[in-house]
Amino acid sequence: MRGIWIGVLLFACQGVLAAGKVHEYQLDNGLKLIVKEDHRAPIVVSQVWYKVGASYEHDGITGVSHVLEHMMFKGTKNHAPGEFSRIISENGGRQNAFTSTDYTAYFQSLEKSRLPVSFELEADRMRNLKLTEEEFRKEIKVVMEERRMRTEDKPTSFTYEQFNATAYTSSSYRIPTIGWMDDLENMELSDLQAWYERFYAPNNAIVVVVGDVEPGAVLKLAKKYFGPLKPEQIIAPKPRIEPEQEGPRWITVRQPALVPYLIMGYKVPVLNTATEDWEPYALEVLAGILDGGDSARLARELVRGSQVAASAGAGYDVYDRQSSLFLFDGTPSNSHSVEDLQQALLEQIARLQEQPVTADELARVKAQVVAGNIYEQDSVFYQGMKIGQLESVGLDWRIEEDYVKLVNAVTPGQVQAVAKKYLVENRRTFAMLDPLPIEHGSKPRQSQQGGGHAH
Amino acid sequence: MRIKLPVTAAAMLAWLTCAGVLHAAPDIQHWQTDKGTRVYFVPAPELPMVDIRMLFAAGSAHDDGQPGLANLASGLLDKGAAGLSANDIADRLEGLGAVLSTGSLRDSAWVSLRSLSDPAQLEPAIDLMSKVVSKPDFNKRDVNRERERKLVALRRAEQQPSSIADRRFYEAVYGKHPYATRPIGTAESLKKITRKDIRAYYNKYYVARNVIIAIVGDIDRKGAERIASQLTAKLQSGEAAPGTPVVPPLTQAVEQRIYHPSTQTTVRMGEPGMRRGDPDYFPLYVGNHVLGGSGLVSRLFIEVRDKRGLSYGVNSYFTPMVQDGPYTFGLQTRNDQVDEALDVMRTILKDFHDSGPSDKELTASKKNITGGFPLRLDSNSKIVEYLGMIGFYELPLDYLDTFNDKVMAVSREQIRDAYRRRVHPDRMVTVIVGGDGKE
Repeated sequence: MRGIWIGVLLFACQGVLAAGKVHEYQLDNGLKLIVKEDHRAPIVVSQVWYKVGASYEHDGITGVSHVLEHMMFKGTKNHAPGEFSRIISENGGRQNAFTSTDYTAYFQSLEKSRLPVSFELEADRMRNLKLTEEEFRKEIKVVMEERRMRTEDKPTSFTYEQFNATAYTSSSYRIPTIGWMDDLENMELSDLQAWYERFYAPNNAIVVVVGDVEPGAVLKLAKKYFGPLKPEQIIAPKPRIEPEQEGPRWITVRQPALVPYLIMGYKVPVLNTATEDWEPYALEVLAGILDGGDSARLARELVRGSQVAASAGAGYDVYDRQSSLFLFDGTPSNSHSVEDLQQALLEQIARLQEQPVTADELARVKAQVVAGNIYEQDSVFYQGMKIGQLESVGLDWRIEEDYVKLVNAVTPGQVQAVAKKYLVENRRTFAMLDPLPIEHGSKPRQSQQGGGHAH
Repeated sequence: MRIKLPVTAAAMLAWLTCAGVLHAAPDIQHWQTDKGTRVYFVPAPELPMVDIRMLFAAGSAHDDGQPGLANLASGLLDKGAAGLSANDIADRLEGLGAVLSTGSLRDSAWVSLRSLSDPAQLEPAIDLMSKVVSKPDFNKRDVNRERERKLVALRRAEQQPSSIADRRFYEAVYGKHPYATRPIGTAESLKKITRKDIRAYYNKYYVARNVIIAIVGDIDRKGAERIASQLTAKLQSGEAAPGTPVVPPLTQAVEQRIYHPSTQTTVRMGEPGMRRGDPDYFPLYVGNHVLGGSGLVSRLFIEVRDKRGLSYGVNSYFTPMVQDGPYTFGLQTRNDQVDEALDVMRTILKDFHDSGPSDKELTASKKNITGGFPLRLDSNSKIVEYLGMIGFYELPLDYLDTFNDKVMAVSREQIRDAYRRRVHPDRMVTVIVGGDGKE
């Protein structure tokens, strides 16, 4: 059977090897709809993105975006708790949701004829969520368990959370997406209600549909289900611009663990905040030079060469909503210390500042970007993810079309320039995990009880 | 490196959904190379790229008493081959935009390649893949370094309650069977493995009769045939690996409590489950879908998480392997709640074991599995995985075409019967790792 639709498709796609066509619409109530055609398989991915996440939060209510995401499965005026999941499941769907610093997104993957099922349910919970004390008291316990699993009992994640809260002074990127445990303990249903009313509205949402669909038909469906929803006055979060850092920061985290670990970050601009448009792309290439595969410098020189690292990585996200961090992390090899590894990373940075990267290295990074741009079209879900991420941080999805071109335009001089300008001591925060013994008879760490307190 | 991962609502859902009314299964082309290697191919001309997967019966089940040997050998393939260093290989592949990866678990070790389909990239990439599988050098310096890295990875695993629980669970379920050890091995064993051991292991298992090749992408049949021949041309013919021994059933319930200074306690419970191609595959698969395999709507999820808020992740799943892979139940909960959570999980299992699913539950699961079938095959990477599985485990070529019909044919009585014969709530292994435990 697949042979047949492949044949049809080949014909339809001649000359358009790369990306499928993207169509953008806006409904009268402000909802943005973006449809991307991918006719390779008879499926559709539907994603609803809200411009809200941990970086919209403030002290005392951290984690509220994520808890609300959990509560979005707990029933509306029209559907009992759990019914959403049951209906999607009976339609053969896969679904979930995720919360990040910059967005909260809900998605379903379905056989293509079931798109209306998704739209009906998503439109319903966009405005009609029924938040009840009973469901909240159970779900907040689940979120605390999630926090224990992801952060409290995972020494590297715990270190990252502490690192992040040290690196940022006033930027809301210091807030952990899962929320501080104490804030979860003290969260109230009214916090969720206020958050829901403030951010869940068609004019704060982007619906992304990718798959074997006809854009006009999707628009019609969107009008039918999302069209009647009332918009809300959306108050943008305060800017909370991070003040200039005036010197390096250093913390040690002690946790029961066996293997030491380090994270190091430098304050850098992103596409949204850069004054020079090429700088974020030069930082992106810099990340590729260091960690773009097994041929890149960290693997070649620190893991295989000097063998100071058992593993080492570097990364940067050009599409963050606010200025963020260029990150390094790593684990020293058995014969080296965290300090040795940090020294080796600093030497790598110094070299990037002193010498331009070679033409071969640059060519390899670019070859991977070009190929990666093709490979990522293999995933329908990921294609939607990219559009949604960009739009939810206030960038136009079209800039992704220029990504390859802009990365290709980066010169060795520009890579050197951003290394000199941003990877400097005054912008640095360093965190080290100092393992405490895991021994029999040592006391278990205190676990806050949570979930059952008076409200 | 992407540290800032989004936080998801539902934990580690084994995405077991599946196939549909549409029966849009790919037409699998199959042949053998001159060397006797089985090849599975699906053309996919929509994107200018090719995915290739070679699966050798060279997983840790074949470690032959040296835990970690298979895994170490697999990881060393691309760290030096045909006189090219690890740097040379990485430079060339990445300069082409190609992605090569190696890996191994208990049954198999694999080498995967993703490349652009333009011959200017594809041909040199295939040549490098061929060198990696047929001429690895196993240089002393590389062996020592990769061994050291494994030792660090082993220690890292021992600081995580979930990894400790997984290790102890397999050890208790499999006892003396080769599935008992973790593929990465043990520190003691890793330290003793020599280059000679690795070379001997390679010579025995990385041979043309012990590998299958799956190819999906923008090439025609002739191109695929050429690739398969090229990849096997320099392999020794050799012999297929000896079979993995049958897994003996457990004779009694075992419960282990292992101390760890964590705020949460991690539970793994289960026993040997089933193998690929098992005659009870469909009743067990569909039955478990109802019990703990359907994510947000499974009985376990609703009872443990939705109704009681006891755990973020809770599920059950079969891992079918050459021989009976485990049937695993898992959850994590605050230390002081573990007995309650375990009790709920055991009660639900016992009840399901005795009575099976309701008609309503069974219908809902069938609708989910069959209605979502096209999602299983919506990308080249998923299709090449399926080809690899069908080839490696010698499943029928119409496995995907008949999948939905077989799911639809499962009755409540068949599930009850299969659970009664194959699942034993009274003699399972339970491993409990956490803060209040006593060893």
